[in-house]
Amino acid sequence: MDFFSFVKPKNELESQPNEQQNVPFVPEEMWIKCPKCNSMLLTTDMEENCHICPMCGHHFRINARQRIQILADENSFVEHDGDMQSQNILNFPGYEKKLEKARKSGSKESVMCGECTINGIKTVLCVMDPDFMIGSMGTVTGEKITRAFEYATENRLPIIVFTVSGGARMQEGILSLMQMAKTSGAVKRHSEAGLLYITVLTDPTTGGVTASFAMEGDIILAEPDTLVAFAGPRVIEQTMRQKLPKDFQTSEFVMQKGFVDAVVSRDGLKATLAKLLKMHGYGEAEK
Amino acid sequence: MTAYEKVTAARDSKKLTAVDYIKYMFGDSFFELHGDRRFSDDKAVVAGLAMLYDMPVTVIGIEKGRNTRERMERNFGQAHPEGYRKALRLMKQAEKFNRPVLCLVDTSGAYPGIGAEERGQGQAIAENIMEMMSLKTPVLSIIIGEGGSGGALALAVADEVWMLENSVYSVISPEGCASILWKDSSKAPEAAEALKMTAQDLFNLGVIERIIRQPKEYDKAIFESLKKLVNRTFEKNLALPKDELIENRYNRFRKMGKIENN
Repeated sequence: MDFFSFVKPKNELESQPNEQQNVPFVPEEMWIKCPKCNSMLLTTDMEENCHICPMCGHHFRINARQRIQILADENSFVEHDGDMQSQNILNFPGYEKKLEKARKSGSKESVMCGECTINGIKTVLCVMDPDFMIGSMGTVTGEKITRAFEYATENRLPIIVFTVSGGARMQEGILSLMQMAKTSGAVKRHSEAGLLYITVLTDPTTGGVTASFAMEGDIILAEPDTLVAFAGPRVIEQTMRQKLPKDFQTSEFVMQKGFVDAVVSRDGLKATLAKLLKMHGYGEAEK
Repeated sequence: MTAYEKVTAARDSKKLTAVDYIKYMFGDSFFELHGDRRFSDDKAVVAGLAMLYDMPVTVIGIEKGRNTRERMERNFGQAHPEGYRKALRLMKQAEKFNRPVLCLVDTSGAYPGIGAEERGQGQAIAENIMEMMSLKTPVLSIIIGEGGSGGALALAVADEVWMLENSVYSVISPEGCASILWKDSSKAPEAAEALKMTAQDLFNLGVIERIIRQPKEYDKAIFESLKKLVNRTFEKNLALPKDELIENRYNRFRKMGKIENN
């Protein structure tokens, strides 16, 4: 508490001019509160810091476009299959509305795929999107990822996949489940061609995505504070009827259990990925 | 029968389980093999070698148990990672000896528990799916009751998938779906309808190749015709060059949810 807080203004009129002088006007949308440490942060500071809280290191969830902006060399990302859109293939009640709402987020699908360079090294890149139905995996998700792997195999390119998903999309029924097999088949072919596949698990990676391509990388990285699970904590709590330990299913926990190679902070990811690509013989793209 | 009646039938505790199918198809020839060589032996997965007429085969089933004691022992047919790893070990062994693999699937899902998560349930399922996709020996999976999501798919990446007429196969249980979407698990019958999870639905969607007549108890004629059908399928696929077998399996799944634009 500083000295001035003890000096009470005589009346309201007196206090007004002072406050306006001392505190610059900042519109509300420029502030964001860190859910972990409750610090009030300037969004511009956050953006410059890869959307990591400068006070406690909390990694904010970011959408696919933000992720690509942080990761890919400037203007290097070329999107593939960007116009492919989910449809209500099973006539599932209420699904069209869900899709409409999801599209209003500004993200068109639960994954963005394409190619880019990272520190000059050419790679295929798939980024799942938490803003679109929490990255739920439908047939379009599976198709786009499968095509990305097939493209990488044909062009002898490495592939990096950022996962974030609540699991398979139930509104597409069994066909969503089949995407686990479809994508895994394409991963296998890419692998058999001797090419590098790196997964980066981001919050949350669960269900059918964990049980397929998320866990199939040659190298599996994870961001800090990431939930990595097959069955999420709520499902387990319902089954077990007991509270789970605090750090259960965090990226650090899953690494300690032996299922993740390294936990890498978002601001170090670009350099780490470039280094790993180089170590596998991928060099700067010819100009 | 409504979709939800099929769900109930598929879960009926009196219906035949994997060990019944193994007994009635392979009799005394079945020799059980245990353990994943990593952690333990998961009794929810029963696996071993058997003779299908004069053809040695590897059989892997998910077993729910036929009475309370058995169901406890089998963890109600919910496998842990070690169960899926045992299955994969025996599939790799089958590949080495050029032996076809028959999977009998009956599970409400992979076990959602602390130990299962700690030992990598997601990784175990993912590895099975990926490895089965290129297993160089014929694989046939039959859903003989419940096909519960990823835990079922981990034994159903096959050249052909068949289902018993009163079996179901789904991405999520109708109760789970109803409680997530409509916050009301009593709407499970509507969810079962919407999910298109019966054998007939899946056949229409092109996800399975065949619907099998359901034996209520031991029925010599039904089991004999099932054996003949399985045998014919294995013979056909054993005769294929390995590359073609793998290519066919890849294309089988590749076409599911294929989007035909650009």
